[in-house]
Amino acid sequence: MTNIERGRTMPVIHRFNPLQRTLHWVMAVCILTMLFIGVGMASTVAHIYLRLVHIHETLGLAILILALIRLAVRLGYGAPPLPLDLPEPMKLAAYLSHYALYALMIAMPLIGWAMLSAADYPVTVWPGVWLPRIAPQSASLHTLLWNAHFYLAFLFFALILMHLAAALFHALIRRDGVFDSMGPLLKHDEIAPAE
Amino acid sequence: MPQTSRPSPGAIIGSLVLIAAVVAFAAAAFAFTAGLFSPDRLTPQKLVDGFAGPSGPPLGHRRNHSKGICFTGMFEANGAGSELSRAQVFAKGQYPVIGRFNLAVADPNADDAKARVRGLGLMIATPDGQEWRMAMIDAPFFPVATVEAFRGLQIASASKAPDAIPKFAEAHPEFATFGGWAKSAPWTGSYAEEPYNALNSFIFTDGSGNDRAVRWSLVPAAQPVPVSPDELAKRGPNFLETEIADRIKAGPARWTMKVTVANPGDPTADPSKAWPEDRRAVDVGTLTVDKIEAEADGPCRDVNFDPTVLPTGMRPSDDPFPAARSSTYRVSYDRRTAEEKDYPRNATGSGQ
Repeated sequence: MTNIERGRTMPVIHRFNPLQRTLHWVMAVCILTMLFIGVGMASTVAHIYLRLVHIHETLGLAILILALIRLAVRLGYGAPPLPLDLPEPMKLAAYLSHYALYALMIAMPLIGWAMLSAADYPVTVWPGVWLPRIAPQSASLHTLLWNAHFYLAFLFFALILMHLAAALFHALIRRDGVFDSMGPLLKHDEIAPAE
Repeated sequence: MPQTSRPSPGAIIGSLVLIAAVVAFAAAAFAFTAGLFSPDRLTPQKLVDGFAGPSGPPLGHRRNHSKGICFTGMFEANGAGSELSRAQVFAKGQYPVIGRFNLAVADPNADDAKARVRGLGLMIATPDGQEWRMAMIDAPFFPVATVEAFRGLQIASASKAPDAIPKFAEAHPEFATFGGWAKSAPWTGSYAEEPYNALNSFIFTDGSGNDRAVRWSLVPAAQPVPVSPDELAKRGPNFLETEIADRIKAGPARWTMKVTVANPGDPTADPSKAWPEDRRAVDVGTLTVDKIEAEADGPCRDVNFDPTVLPTGMRPSDDPFPAARSSTYRVSYDRRTAEEKDYPRNATGSGQ
C-alpha cells in the first residue's frame, strides 16, 4: 500500500481487503441461492416446498447478519477508488447500483420477516428457534410488504445481472483493475497495478 | 491506474457477446426456476385458481372452505401425549386456541345443508412461543391419494363433459371409496356433533428422540344425531352457524383429541387410506370451545391454518399433502388479504 498526498489516514488501496472479498463472494452465492429458491418455492406444491421455505428463512437471516457486518466493514475500510478515466455516467451508475445493492441486501430479509409477522406467521430459522414478530398482524400491511418483497426481488436480480455484466465489462474490455479489486483469484495483494 | 493492453476490436465484440450470453443464461435459469418454461408444473396458483367456480373466486375470502365462523377456547392437555411428542402442547396444562368451523365449499354464501364435508381449523399456542396449527375435516379419509390427482379432480369437476367425473373415478379408485362415505355417512345438525380428522400423517418425536408416524382426530363429546339432508335443507342456509352460536352460548362444546400411532408399514404418504381400526390410540387432551364470533371481525379471519406450522417435536412425514396445502394456503392467504375491501369488517367487532 502506498501513502500519497491524501495523507496517512487515507491510504490509496487498490483491492478490497480479504475480509471484504470473502464477504462479497460468500454473499454472492447466498443471495443468488436465495433468489432462485424464492422463485422456485413460490411456484411449486412439491414436497421440497417446505424445505425451500425453511432454507429461505434461515438463509434470509444469515444474509441480513452478513450484510450488516459487510456494511460495517465497508464503512470502516472503504473501497478502492474507481479508475480516473472511467466516464462519469458509468461512475454514477456504479455508485447508485452499489447503494441499491446494499439497501436491498439489508431490506429484503427485513421485509420478508415483517411480511410473515404481519401474517401472524412464524419464522423458523432453526428447529425450535422461532424469530420474534417485528410487525403487527395486519392484512393491509401484509399486502404492502408482500408486494415490496415480490417486486424488489426481481429488481434485485436485475441489479445483480447488471453488476455481473459491468464486472465482466471491466475484466474483459476495460481491463482497468476494477474486477481484480474484488476478484476471487488467490493473487498476492501486492501485485495490484502500481501507481 | 495504468491502461493495461486494450483489447482489439474483434476481442471487444467477442467479449460483449460473451457478457450478453452470461447474462442471458442467468436470466433464463431464473425464469426456468420460476416455472416460466414449465407450463405443466403443478403450482399453488393453479390449485387456488382451480377452486373458483364459474362466477370467479370469493374475493376477500379463503379460496376453499370459504364459509366459516370463528371460535375461541382452550386445549387442555392431560399429559399423555408427552409420551409421543416432546411438544409443550402435550405437557399437562391449558393452552388457548383460536379456531374456525367451516364448510368444504368455495362459496362463502353456500347453503349449509348442501356442504357434504365440514371442517375445523385450529391453532393452539403454548407459552414457549410456539404454535400448532391444523385444518381437519369430518371425512375419515381424503378423496384422492396424490396432489396431482387432486388437481385432476378439480379439472374433472370443472369439465362440462358428462363423463369427466366417471372417467376420473375409474382412474382413481380411492375416489369411489370416498363417494361411498359421502353417500352413506349420516348428516348431523351441528358442528359440535362432528368428528374432525387430520388425515395427513405427521412424525412425532418424543423426549428421547424416537420418531413415530401419527394421525390425529377430534372426537366430539356431543352425541351425533343423524338428520336427513332434506330435513337440514328446511333449517335455512346458515343453520350450522346459528346452531353452534346458540349451543355455545348455553355452554361449551368439547372434543377429545385422539392421536393414532401407525404400525410399521402403514401407509403414511396416502391420506386416502385409513389405518386399521386396531392401531394404538392415545387420548391426549380435550378441546373446549366456549365462544363463537362471526368471521368478518373474528380472531380466525386473518389466520392461515397451515398444517405445517408445527411445534418442536412434530414434523411433516412423507405425506405429500401438507407441503402442497402449505403452499396453496399461502397463495390463498396472500390473495384474500389483498382483497380486504371486498370483505368489509363490521365496525362493531374487535377486528384487529
